Amino acid sequence: MTFSLRFRAAVVSIALLAAFLGIWHLATRSTATTTTMSPEYAKLMGLTATQGKSAMPGPLDVGAKLWEHFKQPFYDKGPNDKGLGIQLGYSIGRVGLGYLLAVIVAIPLGFLIGMSPLISKALDPFIQVLKPISPLAWMPLALYTIKDSSISAIFVIFICSVWPMLLNTAFGVAAVRKEWINVARTLEVGTIRRAFTVILPAAAPTILTGMRISIGIAWLVIVAAEMLVGGTGIGYFVWNEWNNLSITNVIIAILLIGVVGMLLDQILARFTRMVTFPE
Amino acid sequence: MTDKFISIEGIARRYPGADGAPITVFEDLWLSLNRGEFGCVIGHSGCGKTTVLNILAGLDEPSEGAVIVDGQAIEGTSLDRAVIFQSHALLPWRTVLGNVAYAVTSKWRKWDRAKVKAHAQKFIDLVGLTGSEHKRPSELSGGMKQRVGIARALSITPKIMLMDEPFSALDALTRGTLQDEVRRICLETGQTAFMITHDVDEAIYLADKIFLMTNGPGAVLAEIVENPLPKDRGRIDLHRHPLYYALRNHIVDFLVSRSKTFTAATPDHDPRNVPVVRPGLSEPTIVVAPSLVEASSAQKIAR
Repeated sequence: MTFSLRFRAAVVSIALLAAFLGIWHLATRSTATTTTMSPEYAKLMGLTATQGKSAMPGPLDVGAKLWEHFKQPFYDKGPNDKGLGIQLGYSIGRVGLGYLLAVIVAIPLGFLIGMSPLISKALDPFIQVLKPISPLAWMPLALYTIKDSSISAIFVIFICSVWPMLLNTAFGVAAVRKEWINVARTLEVGTIRRAFTVILPAAAPTILTGMRISIGIAWLVIVAAEMLVGGTGIGYFVWNEWNNLSITNVIIAILLIGVVGMLLDQILARFTRMVTFPE
Repeated sequence: MTDKFISIEGIARRYPGADGAPITVFEDLWLSLNRGEFGCVIGHSGCGKTTVLNILAGLDEPSEGAVIVDGQAIEGTSLDRAVIFQSHALLPWRTVLGNVAYAVTSKWRKWDRAKVKAHAQKFIDLVGLTGSEHKRPSELSGGMKQRVGIARALSITPKIMLMDEPFSALDALTRGTLQDEVRRICLETGQTAFMITHDVDEAIYLADKIFLMTNGPGAVLAEIVENPLPKDRGRIDLHRHPLYYALRNHIVDFLVSRSKTFTAATPDHDPRNVPVVRPGLSEPTIVVAPSLVEASSAQKIAR
């Protein structure tokens, strides 16, 4: 009896996860010899010295801590102790806002570039220079001009997610098949109606691909940006927990960043599928 | 000259060559078609057939000359001139009904949804696609896609149908059925049609007038062949008609040899007075000799 490919792949995935967790567990269990010391000194030294525990948390430690966070995702005990739900909420909010601004700017501008060879050529040098700039390089300038760390972070998200959307929209619009444009022309369809009824649906899959790349980059950048601006957000949380030397929380944060990033990508992938048409 | 519905008057098409000198695809092209007639242009690739059709459609502009349709010089595209594209050019994100309805709403902006749908449905039924209204182009065969293309073109009730090798991408059987459909529709509605083709038999079956073009660059309209076959000709027994081979041989001879040598062999060819030829049982006879038409009256090209 043969199982479906999906089932077999799931079995292999679970086996790999189990192997990874097993190796992790074995590598971090207590092995070192314990030295005898006075109880007071032992208190200062922590479990690493007294019980030979590895400084790296094992999967069980991480699991237990994760469960703790899940039970209480939204607590707020002051600026340096907020629930993971709140921190992720801040990050997602900033990404959402910066991304939305980028959509509002990039898609109409991309349309313009795609439809007008003049504007395309005129803007090309600017885009070529601005595109390769690391979004974090804008941070000091943003902080200086905006004078608000949170809005600066949103600006950084805006600037990093605008390029893939702009270029993909321009490309998608410029690459709309001539014959579809000709259909609209022979039917005397006006420019505006043509843009919405022919060019937009034809370019939508390419535009959505650009938007999907952008959301991925935005999520990558927000972590770094929040490490710089501090205050709130999952990036700040990672850095704060590093300062606390809580490797367990750092690992949990890494895991959650990955999961949220995947969810954002999947949402955009679903939208892309909705607008994709078979030929 | 009153019933001359389409009149192409001295158009040329040039484009800049590699060395800057303009290359002429064709020039001084004069051609006309009466209302309700079916015209076919035959010529080898590169003679500018498609350009002529695109100029007629308004998708392209001539470097010189003008095109007059129904008494008015054309300027750009028009809903009066529907195009059936070689590659069907359906919008893949719309259904069959959606594609036809798009054309209908483009012509009649103020119609409500029900009226648009009913009108579109009528033309979907006409091309025999009843039951496939909600399929997308990707779910249709090549022949069905082209039927949608025909329905879309007809739905705007154009004055002229322009077809750029509409059946060349189809298999022989489908092509045959679609030729029947187009002929039936054109005869029933009295549609004026202009078609580009490579297929001699297609031209013989469909066309009232066949325009023979020489090879490009520098292509000219060499001859207008009148179809001597009866109006009620059938595709199946076309080749049994006594005049069929005379007509076919004449066109094939032109394509095989005369299209290359015509310009050199006929130095006094007058593009305004292209000979009209009507192949008969013996040798093809010239019914309107160029010299018999006064050169001043440019309007009387065909007769």
